[in-house]
Amino acid sequence: MFNNAQEFFNTLPLIIMGGGIVISLLIEIYSDKNKVILPWFTALLFLAVGLHSLFYTNDVSIVMQNMLATGGNVNIFYAIFTLGAAVVTLISIDYIKKYDMYFGEYYLILQTSVLGMMLMAAAKDLFVIFLGLELMSISFYILAGMNRKRAKANEASLKYFLLGSFATGFIVYGIALIYGSAHTTSIDFITTNFAGLTSNLLFVAGVLLFLIGFSFKIAAFPFHMWVPDVYEGSSTTVAALFSTGGKSAAFSAIIASLFALFNGPSGNVFTPYFAVISVLSMFYGSIVAIAQVNIKRMLAYSSISHAGYLIIGLAAGNHDAIAGVMFYLGAYTFMNLGAFGIVSLVEGKNETNLDINSYAGLASKKPFLAALLSILMFSLAGVPPFAGFFGKYYIFIAAIESKLTWLAILGVISSAISAYFYIRIVVLMYFKPATNDFQIETSNSAMLGIITSVIIVILLGIFPGSFLDLITRFI
Amino acid sequence: MIENYIPILIVLTIGAIFAIVTVSTSVIFGPQRPNSEKLSTYESGMKPVGTTHERISIKYYLVAMLFIIFDLEVIFVYPWAVEFKRLLGEIGISVFYSMLIFLVVLELGYLYVFKKGGFKWD
Repeated sequence: MFNNAQEFFNTLPLIIMGGGIVISLLIEIYSDKNKVILPWFTALLFLAVGLHSLFYTNDVSIVMQNMLATGGNVNIFYAIFTLGAAVVTLISIDYIKKYDMYFGEYYLILQTSVLGMMLMAAAKDLFVIFLGLELMSISFYILAGMNRKRAKANEASLKYFLLGSFATGFIVYGIALIYGSAHTTSIDFITTNFAGLTSNLLFVAGVLLFLIGFSFKIAAFPFHMWVPDVYEGSSTTVAALFSTGGKSAAFSAIIASLFALFNGPSGNVFTPYFAVISVLSMFYGSIVAIAQVNIKRMLAYSSISHAGYLIIGLAAGNHDAIAGVMFYLGAYTFMNLGAFGIVSLVEGKNETNLDINSYAGLASKKPFLAALLSILMFSLAGVPPFAGFFGKYYIFIAAIESKLTWLAILGVISSAISAYFYIRIVVLMYFKPATNDFQIETSNSAMLGIITSVIIVILLGIFPGSFLDLITRFI
Repeated sequence: MIENYIPILIVLTIGAIFAIVTVSTSVIFGPQRPNSEKLSTYESGMKPVGTTHERISIKYYLVAMLFIIFDLEVIFVYPWAVEFKRLLGEIGISVFYSMLIFLVVLELGYLYVFKKGGFKWD
């Protein structure tokens, strides 16, 4: 498996994660205090893996018979997944108690889904991508229906399962066609021989099917129909994970498997595909979100439009664009987690306070919470001092470099439209009288998670260069 | 190329002839004394009346799922055991430890099911 100790050390994030799952299983079945131990163990495990990966980004190598890459951008993706999942764990602890749906398995399945995401980011072979994707998706289907007493959660789980399996079918078919034309599933071979392979129609069809499957996972426009229902039906904390971890993992898989697409400003066969779905997702997400009254559905449509901005980066297809996509994924993960975290706090038992209008006057009752939510909303809208602005900025600049100025202009217009429904929340909170007595149960762990995400959003906004330098070093 | 398939054609022909001959001889020469029991659909001893969507105890699904897990275990272990000596020479002792890790993880799953009462019927 490993040729030397260094390779073993480089694979440690995956090994720690896998070992952590085994230990969590033992805690769940043997400890009487698992309700207390397991959540904190999970959060610490995610934190440990995330910090380890960030610390050892320089250990670039390929291990396990050319199956997995380590170090570099793979480790940065690990950090995004695991630190995001740590925030999800923190906001889950009291949310689960509020809804009285404690299962130790919740944290176990959270961990397996993150392991799946990590495998997708690390893959050097199409089969490893498929393995990671299935590990992640199956965990997600279960998580969506975790609150099994709610009919809506069951509906969300079944819907996600059926549509998700269908999308996975596209990916498998795509992999089969790629294998049929390239005679290998090794990503390195595909990357080096990409120019020759694109003259083969079978290969292009395979990659297109592969991309369609992943467009479903990242919630891009024509493949988005599951998103609002699933986010609304499943628990808020779980929806936070779907919209951040799941999306980042699918982007990491696209970047890892089709890196040959992102080598120059000249554009390629797949640029039109990316350009079309990015424009459609941006505008569809931004415009339909205006009409939403349920805040979780609004965040779902906002997630569709953010997928559109990210795909502009894929369409631009140069190294700056990939760095921009990774920066945006990091920023988007934390701003969305923070927003979902606050929604999960404000949300009362039996799904009260999910209406947008129930946020009216939050600033007079809970000024601190309202301030945090405003920062996150400004960041999601792309207002300068916060991380969301720089994510969009890097992607649009990269698009202009690739002579896709029209795409960047459409992106800016769409951001302006989306500002309406983000800022509307801020207006409601600060300038409308309170109609609601906000019986918000205090939760220190959730506040810790939300404040951490807000701090990361502000830091990425003030010092965007340091994170971007870390990314561009490995592209 | 095509002549390689002639044996298959012969087998298919013999099979078809055999089926036709046996069924038709029993229809032609056999005694025919029908009654209501004989004419009803044969359903392995079950009464063939009632709705097809009967409720089945969830326990059966649990057993079926657990069966699949251990079935897959055997599918993985079998080819490994057959090729073990050759792989041991080529790759070394890590062949043994990889399978050991896989089995330990799987047995932990077994332990989980056992502790959660997955094998209790009542």
